[in-house]
Amino acid sequence: MIESHAATPEIHGHPALQHHFENMEQQREAGTLGMWIFLVTEIMFFGGMFLAYTLYRNLFPAGFVLASNHLDITLGAVNTGVLILSSFTMAMAVYFTQTGKLRPQVWCLVLTLILGLTFLGIKAVEYHEKYTDRLIPGRIIPGAHFGPDPHAFHLQAGAPELAQIEMFYWIYFAMTGMHALHMVIGAGLLTYLIIFSLKRRFDPEYHSPVEVIGLYWHFVDIVWIFLFPLLYLLGRHLGGH
Amino acid sequence: MSEHIVSVRVYITIFLVLLVGTALTVWAAFVDFPFGLNTIIAMAIAVTKATFVVLYFMHVRYSTRLVWVIVGSALFWMGIMFAFTFADYFTRSRLSIGT
Repeated sequence: MIESHAATPEIHGHPALQHHFENMEQQREAGTLGMWIFLVTEIMFFGGMFLAYTLYRNLFPAGFVLASNHLDITLGAVNTGVLILSSFTMAMAVYFTQTGKLRPQVWCLVLTLILGLTFLGIKAVEYHEKYTDRLIPGRIIPGAHFGPDPHAFHLQAGAPELAQIEMFYWIYFAMTGMHALHMVIGAGLLTYLIIFSLKRRFDPEYHSPVEVIGLYWHFVDIVWIFLFPLLYLLGRHLGGH
Repeated sequence: MSEHIVSVRVYITIFLVLLVGTALTVWAAFVDFPFGLNTIIAMAIAVTKATFVVLYFMHVRYSTRLVWVIVGSALFWMGIMFAFTFADYFTRSRLSIGT
């Protein structure tokens, strides 16, 4: 058995196979499992914010509905569609990597990146609207402290609901902000995938990076699937304004 | 290699299901359901959409049992976090020691 420790490389091994794995299948499954364990920590991380949302919404039902009705439902819905489409193109990128079709693989990754940046662009437009309406909570922005026009919410000046609306926007910016940060990181990861795809680094035998970053991208999509109805669609049936 | 490759047909179907789910959730938000069911309906649609993403886009349906256990553990710990926190917050008013 001592001979097997000799420095001769595996003759049949894939160049991407690390020495501590038996074969490519074991390596791939270990990578997928590791990514899922990371995603569990991500689920718990976002879960804490969803918990805060639930508690404060329960505490301030009226203010949350007023604040939510102020969000742009069209931009939110379009962004949901953009993100779902990007998840689809990401899934197709994995498919084309698995089947060894390089050109469509690269195109799908590029499309996913463009759609991700589109999402961030629309998000930036929304954030700017909140800025001009002075809805950025607290005193973060110099010269634009939280202080929306109460009449935009059908409230009198100094109404107690304004503090509740501010709490909604704390949670709105914390959750969509963390989500957007994940999108920015995802865009960076996609850039890496595009570069190394062009270098023909991935093939049907070895495509864990594409698969694992795909898992990350879909996870970020799922977070938005929950954020959209919870933040944008609150109490719309009450016919606010 | 025992890797399962999900077909393009399945991916397109899931994509369409997700789009329909998004349209459905926007429509349902404007309907005044009785008993305050709006939130429950919105969450039911979101959970359904997420389940499709996890099972097909994220390949969990074709993954090893170990991956199933890891995904299940995330839901389990989320359940603990929500249940225990609510058990505290929603019973505080019953105590006379203040909130």
